[in-house]
Amino acid sequence: MSAAEPSSYPPIDPVNFDLIIVGTGLPESVIAAAAAAVGKTVLHLDPNSFYGSYFASLSLDDFTSFLNSHSVPASAATATTTLGNQHDDSNHVVIELIQQSLYSDVEVVSCPSEKENLLRENSRKFNLDLGGPRTLFCADKSVDLLLKSGACQYIEFKGIDASFVYEANRKFVNVPDSRAAIFNDKSLTPIEKRRLMEFFKLIQQHSAASSDNYNNRDADDGVDGCNISEEDLESRFVFFMEKMRLPPKIKSILTYAIAMADYDQENNEFCEDLLKTKDGIERLALYSSSVNRIPNAPGALLYPIYGEGELPQAFCRRAAVKGCIYVLRMPVIALLMDKVTGHYKGIKVASGQDLYSDQLILDPSFTIPSPVPSSPRDYSMERIHILSQKEVKRMVARGICVTGSSIKKDVPTCLVVYPPRSLYPEQHTSVRALQIGSNLAVCPPVLYYTFVRFVKMLMKERSYYKLP
Amino acid sequence: MHGRPRKALEPVDAAAQSAKTEKLRLLQSQFLANHHNRIYSKEALEISVRLLEINPESYTAWNYRKLAVEHLVSQSESNPDTIKSIFDEELKVVESALRQNFKSYGAWHHRKWVLSKGYSSIDNELRLLDRFQKADPRNFHAWNYRRFVCALMKRSDEDELNYTEKMIGTNFSNYSAWHNRSVLLSNLMKREVEGHFPKEKVLEEEYNLVQNALFTDPDDQSGWFYHLWLIDQTVKSDAPVLVSSWPFPGSHITLKGNKCLHDHGSSISYPSLLDTGIIPLILCFNQAVEGIESSTVAVKSELGIVEDLIWKSLSTNSLNTAQVWVTYLNLRNLKLQMSRSYLIEISIGHSEGIMSSSGYHYSRPSEISFKLFVETAFTEPAEDQVGKMISWENDNFQKIEHFQEADFIMSDRIITGNDYIPAISNWCAETIGNEINSFRVLLSESDCKIGKLTLARLLTAYDSISSAHDKGMVHSEEILELYADLLKFDPTHSSYYKDERSLVLLRQITSTRESLLQYCHHDRNSIETNDGYVCLRLQNLSLSRMGSIESLLWVQMLDLGHNELKSIEGLEAMQLLACLNLGHNKIGTFTALGPLRLLKSLKVLNITHNEIGSRSVDTTRYLCSSPLSHTEEFDCDLFESLSGDVSAPSMWEAFLVFKSLNLKQLDITGNAFAGDNKIRSFLVKLLPTLKWLDGEALP
Repeated sequence: MSAAEPSSYPPIDPVNFDLIIVGTGLPESVIAAAAAAVGKTVLHLDPNSFYGSYFASLSLDDFTSFLNSHSVPASAATATTTLGNQHDDSNHVVIELIQQSLYSDVEVVSCPSEKENLLRENSRKFNLDLGGPRTLFCADKSVDLLLKSGACQYIEFKGIDASFVYEANRKFVNVPDSRAAIFNDKSLTPIEKRRLMEFFKLIQQHSAASSDNYNNRDADDGVDGCNISEEDLESRFVFFMEKMRLPPKIKSILTYAIAMADYDQENNEFCEDLLKTKDGIERLALYSSSVNRIPNAPGALLYPIYGEGELPQAFCRRAAVKGCIYVLRMPVIALLMDKVTGHYKGIKVASGQDLYSDQLILDPSFTIPSPVPSSPRDYSMERIHILSQKEVKRMVARGICVTGSSIKKDVPTCLVVYPPRSLYPEQHTSVRALQIGSNLAVCPPVLYYTFVRFVKMLMKERSYYKLP
Repeated sequence: MHGRPRKALEPVDAAAQSAKTEKLRLLQSQFLANHHNRIYSKEALEISVRLLEINPESYTAWNYRKLAVEHLVSQSESNPDTIKSIFDEELKVVESALRQNFKSYGAWHHRKWVLSKGYSSIDNELRLLDRFQKADPRNFHAWNYRRFVCALMKRSDEDELNYTEKMIGTNFSNYSAWHNRSVLLSNLMKREVEGHFPKEKVLEEEYNLVQNALFTDPDDQSGWFYHLWLIDQTVKSDAPVLVSSWPFPGSHITLKGNKCLHDHGSSISYPSLLDTGIIPLILCFNQAVEGIESSTVAVKSELGIVEDLIWKSLSTNSLNTAQVWVTYLNLRNLKLQMSRSYLIEISIGHSEGIMSSSGYHYSRPSEISFKLFVETAFTEPAEDQVGKMISWENDNFQKIEHFQEADFIMSDRIITGNDYIPAISNWCAETIGNEINSFRVLLSESDCKIGKLTLARLLTAYDSISSAHDKGMVHSEEILELYADLLKFDPTHSSYYKDERSLVLLRQITSTRESLLQYCHHDRNSIETNDGYVCLRLQNLSLSRMGSIESLLWVQMLDLGHNELKSIEGLEAMQLLACLNLGHNKIGTFTALGPLRLLKSLKVLNITHNEIGSRSVDTTRYLCSSPLSHTEEFDCDLFESLSGDVSAPSMWEAFLVFKSLNLKQLDITGNAFAGDNKIRSFLVKLLPTLKWLDGEALP
């Protein structure tokens, strides 16, 4: 993140675009690729020296300095104010942008010095995800998007070797997520296997039938017996599973390790997102259609080689191929608003250059200060579509640790789910830990790095690394 | 591959198609010219390679290459490097052919041929196989080849066993993998290899493994087949065991009055032996055995001389092995004293030689002794004695009501102590019991036909184990219910279910004296003269096949009318049978009556209202041997002299079946052939002893 001198900013030519996008995070990159693909002229800017914004994968040093520089909310906002008024002579009102960190709290824990050295030496061998832990379901729509957009040619994935569920008796239990896994499972009794498999079959039949119905609604109204009743679909997923006589152990696995529910589904008081049967079934169906979709990745989950940062990069590359112009290390300091109509017309970048487009997209770290009094207030507000929800409904706590040993022996890459109440009685949300081994080119050999993520009730966001 | 519907061939444009055809034709003719002229030049070989790449199924091309290799090797002046490169070239050709079609028999065979020559390294083969088996884990060509390679490189059975476990773990719907596992385990258990012994421990682990598959997906059949193999391993006794005999041990047979043989203490008589004065000795084993002869089975008697007895196998399709063996004691040439009993002893297996078809020796030497009491001397049967016609009408039979009259029935069971049936281990009963419990649970969870079938089989096995300890067939009702269910839900396999059901029913009927007695009747045809038979009447039971013959060796008069019999396999063991009613069944051809040829004492036969002659092809040949495989020679001259100028396949079959019989009474109405007067007159000529045909006295 070498901060370049303002004078060294290159001039951008041309200055008029169909679309200007600021920030190369994943959503912005997807939009850039889509717009470029349909022949729009697109300018894609990023103040950082790397692609990906909050979705980047960085070396250890860059990672810590990024976090440190973003630990203070509303940084660098004041620096632009002076620039703001200089160009007020034109047809535009210049509205300064305020950039805020998305993190509410950042904490970096150092480790014993002798190990610190080991990390320093290998700093560049790390590709730590700012946005992790994130895996993709093989049958996820985003995978379809990668394939459809052609971005898939710039990115490679590997399957996650295994998923485990942590059980209170301090054991990691395999997630029996496929026919073969159920067969091989050592902890389930035969009768549990039977019920679980029956349940999966029911869900497969249900989703096959409902997609059939969707495709030809005029055809007969599905007299097949496999349909789950409307009443069941609207009921709570946990109740439905009970009705299907699934034992608590399996219920917990299905809810937290396959349907990936965040909140404790058994506890009304603390659950902010009660899973309905129809949603649970949808998630399970996504999971099962993910298993074996890709021959080389027998499990349900994928992770990009070189880290999550590859995802926005792949879309950016695709956009660039289709003619999108990329300028990195180019901070944006202000928006230009038409004095008469109140429409946003363009941006002012750090070099002082004005760039024009009727369509603007800013990443969620920007906030627009209250509009200039002279502008028609209603206009300006109508023109802004907020892509990401600004009002914080929930926050996510994330942690990264670098370890010298694997969570589970001989399984370098795995997802571990700690269901609610499995760690301590007050644990109301499920904790997911993704351990990535060196075979995914995100950390040096012998080391493993683990993401931990959970939704917090009292929202605080933390990132730290340490070597236990 | 599997489970994918075959796609229609992509339409290729006509020009490309015809160009391809032209190319293939050209190659083919060039290749054949080379083959005929024995040209094995580089160019000629290249042509065969190109041909095989397009069409790996060309057997001629593979054979040509074999000849070429032999030719090249003979030219190579035994330079090992040259020879090796010749063979390596072949391996390459096979590999590219397999890439085109990995199910090509010719290609796999060629590869075996190359490797068996021993010039090539086999180290690569497993790697190649891994690739093929990854692409399609169920490709049985690859599995076959794998067994070949493993034998060649002497890979240990344990390693291969682990491989099957891995493959099953990846996807347990794999007949080939389960099958290979059963083969490997059989070997390991037989050799008593460390870790695969004792059998009980191994089988228990296997039960657990396969149970996981069955519970995970009961609708997948591959695991069930493996389970069937496990049940078989659990209950089967390796060594053959004698299960019954006639005469039964300790019985008294009385020759009295009207030259009949009377069983001591009962009114049963053996009129069938009357004419001949010949007593059959029947041995019935639990599995087919060979080597029953005078050296292995000794017959000692107080009758004086017993000449070398010739034991005959009672099997319709094999001369050397059979479950039931018979020999005949001819009393007519012996001078027997009146009012004296003669002890006859049969000792079996005191010298080696009796062996099951799987190679196990009979290991439980046993004795059967019975007494023959002579009350009256033999007289020559009167030639003109006509006797009475037998009627199968219900009025002619009377239920046997007094148990004491029926001592004969149970005494045929050879279980007189624990001499014959080996003590079944508790483990076996316990294992089968556990399996029964698990499948009851499974069936309570999900309705699955093969689960029901397995439960029925397990219960049957359990009953036959415990019946050895005289607990009887306690589960019969449940088993019969299961088969009734299966018949309803899976009509496609109804013949099989009916067959199994028949066997269970017959076992239930014969399991205790009380139950058998329900079906025994006095024959009033001859009750006044006191030489009548006891008739076993198994009517209206929907029987589709015969079973439990070992308990029915004593039967002389058998009524199987109004059943669904298509075959009478097994009946050949009932050597005392004199009167048989097969009316109102589903016998389709004369060939299906084949077992009758071995019943020398049969006098009365009723085959009315069957389907004989309605089909030209015997569809039950899997049960009966075909006329072509008959061990007896077809006497063409005799056939022609009897048949005259008419000849039909059904007449050949009838000729083969009836030629050796001495029937007095035959009823054939209600069959497709019966209206044909030519066949009727043919039968009359064929059976000179016949006195009544369809109830009418013959002139």
